[in-house]
Amino acid sequence: MAGRLAGKAALITGGTNGIGEAAVRGLRAEGASVLFTGNNEAAGNAIAEETGALFVRHAVQDVAGWAAVSRAIRDRFGRLDIAFANAGINAGDSDIETVSIEAWRTIVDVNLTGSMLTCRNAIALMKQNPEGPGGSIILNSSINGILALAGDVTYSTTKGALRLLAKSVAVHCAKSGLNIRCNSIHPGVVETPLILGAIAGAPDPAAARAMLENVAPMGRLGRTREIVALLVYLASDDAQFVTGAELVIDGGSTAGLPGV
Amino acid sequence: MSIFDLSGTVSLVTGATGGIGRATVKALADAGSTVIASDVASEGGVDGAAEYRRLDVTDEAGWTQLLAAIDADHGRLDNLVNNAGISITGSIAETSLAEWRRCQAVNVEGVFLGTRAAADLLRRSGADRRGGSSIVNLSSVGGLKGSANVAAYCTSKGAVRLFTKSAAAEYAMLKWPIRVNSVHPGGTDTAMMDAIYARYVEIGAFPDLATARATVSAGHAMGRMGSPDEIAAGIVYLCAPAASFMTGSELVIDGGMTAA
Repeated sequence: MAGRLAGKAALITGGTNGIGEAAVRGLRAEGASVLFTGNNEAAGNAIAEETGALFVRHAVQDVAGWAAVSRAIRDRFGRLDIAFANAGINAGDSDIETVSIEAWRTIVDVNLTGSMLTCRNAIALMKQNPEGPGGSIILNSSINGILALAGDVTYSTTKGALRLLAKSVAVHCAKSGLNIRCNSIHPGVVETPLILGAIAGAPDPAAARAMLENVAPMGRLGRTREIVALLVYLASDDAQFVTGAELVIDGGSTAGLPGV
Repeated sequence: MSIFDLSGTVSLVTGATGGIGRATVKALADAGSTVIASDVASEGGVDGAAEYRRLDVTDEAGWTQLLAAIDADHGRLDNLVNNAGISITGSIAETSLAEWRRCQAVNVEGVFLGTRAAADLLRRSGADRRGGSSIVNLSSVGGLKGSANVAAYCTSKGAVRLFTKSAAAEYAMLKWPIRVNSVHPGGTDTAMMDAIYARYVEIGAFPDLATARATVSAGHAMGRMGSPDEIAAGIVYLCAPAASFMTGSELVIDGGMTAA
């Protein structure tokens, strides 16, 4: 059976682990050609080998390096239909009183400026598609783009900014008649290596897992494949009137007040 | 099997003779579901429906009887699309209490009655289905933003938005396998919108139908109204196992109308 994304070409940033890696695998499985980026060359090459996706080592905040990424997409695919701005970090983050300016700047650079550069470069490619401008851009925000974490002021701020970056890009593209859509997704706590590592490293891993599972009223962590399924919907022609929207996928985490 | 496939499921769509209702019945059926179409008319003639059942969503006993019949005939219900709704267009000053109550009765009480009546069968059916059962409530962009001359309608759709989140939180907390999400279409090319345009002209909000339609269309960043099929595709996603971690979420399908 032909995949839902057959014939489409996709760019995924931060594709070497977690949701990004799942997106590489999931979009390949749905028939898309995929180019993904990241810093981890060993993981990137291994995933590329396994999936038939192309890996380009690139850090999203590296402005000059984007030319090579765009060139690779043009040369190998001749088009771009899907861009998943997924790369993100929270290393060194802290609360407003103690966060270092270096950590703040690095996180803003990767999470926010990197996503902005992803949008800009994706639009430039999508405008040149053979049958005319078109495409779907998806920004990976977080439920922390809606509700803040006190101890992660930079992460929360950047994820909140992505929510409106997506809307501004969406309206610009629509009003420019580009047929390029842009939406943000807001996953809850997902079973990624980052989260699993945090659980394993906690003083009481079982308690840490229970705490994270109970962030969602559903009482479990999200699975990366569930996030990818949302990506597939947003990337497909089924979502052709969806733009500037924020898709919360969090097992009910932000739907209500804590249950009583 | 694809996570977007609805084979083996039974779905109930209210308001199935309207524009979005008809498109939803067809889309659910195309995805493999056995669809029961319902509306206040005695005859439906809804393409794709396995059967048609008369239902006034404000009739508490009618809901009880319909769910008993579905249980007896099909033994399960996997998806409930609370789509039935009416619009009241007019200034607050000119809206009668009877019109106000009628709007809340159909749009809000209908969703409450349907959810309550179907919960037991949805719960039983969701237990053995990947991703559980799904309730999709039709709100509107009018449930996100207020608008002149549509106060009764916007009030009702705002209520649907938060009823949805409360139901999502409650069922998740109870560990019932029922997801509940709202859909927020922008202006959609249906008979309801045509009636709203006619009323806009009648009350002097616009000089003529063409101006009303053009102005509303221009209010979407994409510069056009949505098609019922575009709304239905989002509803199918929310009903599918693909959306297994989505509950209490808002799926806005509005061509960028509420993004800026």
